[in-house]
Amino acid sequence: MKARIIVTLKNGVLDPQGKAIEAALKSLAIRDVEGVRQGKVFDIEVAAPDAAAAEATLRTACEKLLANTVVENYAIEIL
Amino acid sequence: MHAAVIIFPGSNRESDVVRALRRSGAQVSLVWHADHDLPTGTDLAVLPGGFSYGDYLRCGAIAGRAAAMDAVRAHAARGGLVLGICNGFQILCESGLLPGVLMRNVNRRFICHRQTLRVERTDTRFTSAYRAGQVIDVCVAHGEGNYFADPETLARIEGEGRVAFRYCDADGSITVEANRNGSLNAIAGVFSEKRNVLGMMPHPENFVEDLVGGTDGRGLFDSLAA
Repeated sequence: MKARIIVTLKNGVLDPQGKAIEAALKSLAIRDVEGVRQGKVFDIEVAAPDAAAAEATLRTACEKLLANTVVENYAIEIL
Repeated sequence: MHAAVIIFPGSNRESDVVRALRRSGAQVSLVWHADHDLPTGTDLAVLPGGFSYGDYLRCGAIAGRAAAMDAVRAHAARGGLVLGICNGFQILCESGLLPGVLMRNVNRRFICHRQTLRVERTDTRFTSAYRAGQVIDVCVAHGEGNYFADPETLARIEGEGRVAFRYCDADGSITVEANRNGSLNAIAGVFSEKRNVLGMMPHPENFVEDLVGGTDGRGLFDSLAA
């Protein structure tokens, strides 16, 4: 089973990389960009009997390693 | 004082911290990250600086889950001393031994310079050789040293007097200019609740010999070995 995990910074957490990317986009004259937040995407293959079991496994993976829940949120998508 | 220095793939400051510990009179052994135990009689576990696992995923994230860290957690739970410097501080935060997280520096740059710190308290196993409020001159070298914690956690750390060091100017004043990585409350080092675990971004082990520019880092190792 294929899954995608998206890890993003929580609201209110400063994102210097996102700010730098935003500034770079503006310097390329890409208009109308009002804000950039950078995150991470993990494409994962899971051996699981069903989507619920896969999601449980991936939730554990996120809590234990993939996200630092002090500053990051995660979203799990079973593809 | 028996110190065990844990080495991860990508640690690179272990020689300096071993030298600083021995200079202060500690006996030092080296422990590989995959080992499940610390040497019998270990008083102090040390996580040195460097770039464990190439800073993949997040700084200190993978090292924080290493086998040796289970032994370090057990050691800390028994009241054993733990010191994490630079990447070691990041590992302590990632492993749950210290609150908060070290984010990318606010100026987005790797910073590497001499840095004055204010010693916030001297009634601890790590800082007893310093004077209260003493300003010490050490070094920083990091890209992710911007200390962050949620407001409740930060209030608890401050309320419990768990800030070990703050970035300050030469007179000991906490200024925006002196806090170049943007850490909340200019926090450079944090203690655990029982003050047996210390994580700090600056490198006291760099400054233990006059030959290389200063000796203000000695106090930390002298305190531990006393």
